[in-house]
Amino acid sequence: MIVLNLTKFKLIALHLVAFKQISFHIFSQRKMTAVLSKLSLLSVATFLSMAALAQSPTNIIAQPLVKDPVLEAKVMEISKDLRCLVCQNETIAGSHADLAVDLRQQVKEQLEAGKTQSEIMQYMVDRYGDFILYNPRIKSSTLVLWGGPFVLMLLGFWALRAHVKQQNKLETLVVLDQQDLSQARAMLEAQAPFKKDIG
Amino acid sequence: MKRIPLIVFAILVAFLLIGLTLKPKEIPSPFIGKQAPSFNLNILNQTGNFEPKSMLGQVWLLNVWASWCTSCREEHPLLVELSKQKLVPMIGLNYKDQDVAAAKWLRDLGDPYDLSVIDAKGRVGIDYGVYGVPETFVIDQTGKIVHKHIGPLTPAALNKDILPLITKLRS
Repeated sequence: MIVLNLTKFKLIALHLVAFKQISFHIFSQRKMTAVLSKLSLLSVATFLSMAALAQSPTNIIAQPLVKDPVLEAKVMEISKDLRCLVCQNETIAGSHADLAVDLRQQVKEQLEAGKTQSEIMQYMVDRYGDFILYNPRIKSSTLVLWGGPFVLMLLGFWALRAHVKQQNKLETLVVLDQQDLSQARAMLEAQAPFKKDIG
Repeated sequence: MKRIPLIVFAILVAFLLIGLTLKPKEIPSPFIGKQAPSFNLNILNQTGNFEPKSMLGQVWLLNVWASWCTSCREEHPLLVELSKQKLVPMIGLNYKDQDVAAAKWLRDLGDPYDLSVIDAKGRVGIDYGVYGVPETFVIDQTGKIVHKHIGPLTPAALNKDILPLITKLRS
């Protein structure tokens, strides 16, 4: 975080420098190219800072809710299997969204009340549906999801085998006898003067 | 055999085209066809409390809203319009809001609700599987949730889905 903050400060400083230089150039009526080059510096700085800002929240696990480290670890372990419904590709453990914070709180309260992990999962599924599970359950509606890759792999193997077989067949067909070879040699020799002309 | 890559490509395109029409933000609610979760909450701007079972016997709407929610501002004029027509009772669930801000919102923009209940901590919201305010539930005479609209209500959604559904439920 500290490193990130420092880079942010640097980027802000870079912006300020670029702004200053641009306004200086405009007011002093210098060459337009100089202004343009500074403008591009500014756009690069903008891009970099956007990237830095965009990067920051995803990799950081949100701040702990409780002081009890064992309970906290359990809350986070369960939260990692729950999908945040607001920012759908994040887990509840990794999200800063309001709802994710509330749901982590729910997990914590239920753990404190002595509920098991599967009971908590069921509580969430009852309210938000299977979508909240980061690890979808195996059932008829998720069969394509779980089985699909294997079916595709089998199809791939089948296609590969068919392809290899065909290649083998072709290779056996392309065996040349002595007559073919001499014919080919004659053709090549006949072409040779042409080649020289072109060369 | 030569056509296989083309066929694979066509299948891929078909999948991607279908993908374009899907709305990943609209998560199917597990509550459709199930009993609306019960709650007992204080009423905004009034003394007393409200329970969903007091609405048994009539079709009603439960609209989740908050003064901090910008999409709620978008749908609000439509709700006010709907309430003027007196077609269906509408209860507001004031979700994770502050009472003062919520009261000011209703004063400034109009109050389309028969009453609003205060869900300051969002616990009832969780029980109803609310994840993006505004959300609107249609609840039937027996207290079952029959429809859920996620996001701001639009005239199209109201006229094509919700109002015909209410008429059907009443007949």
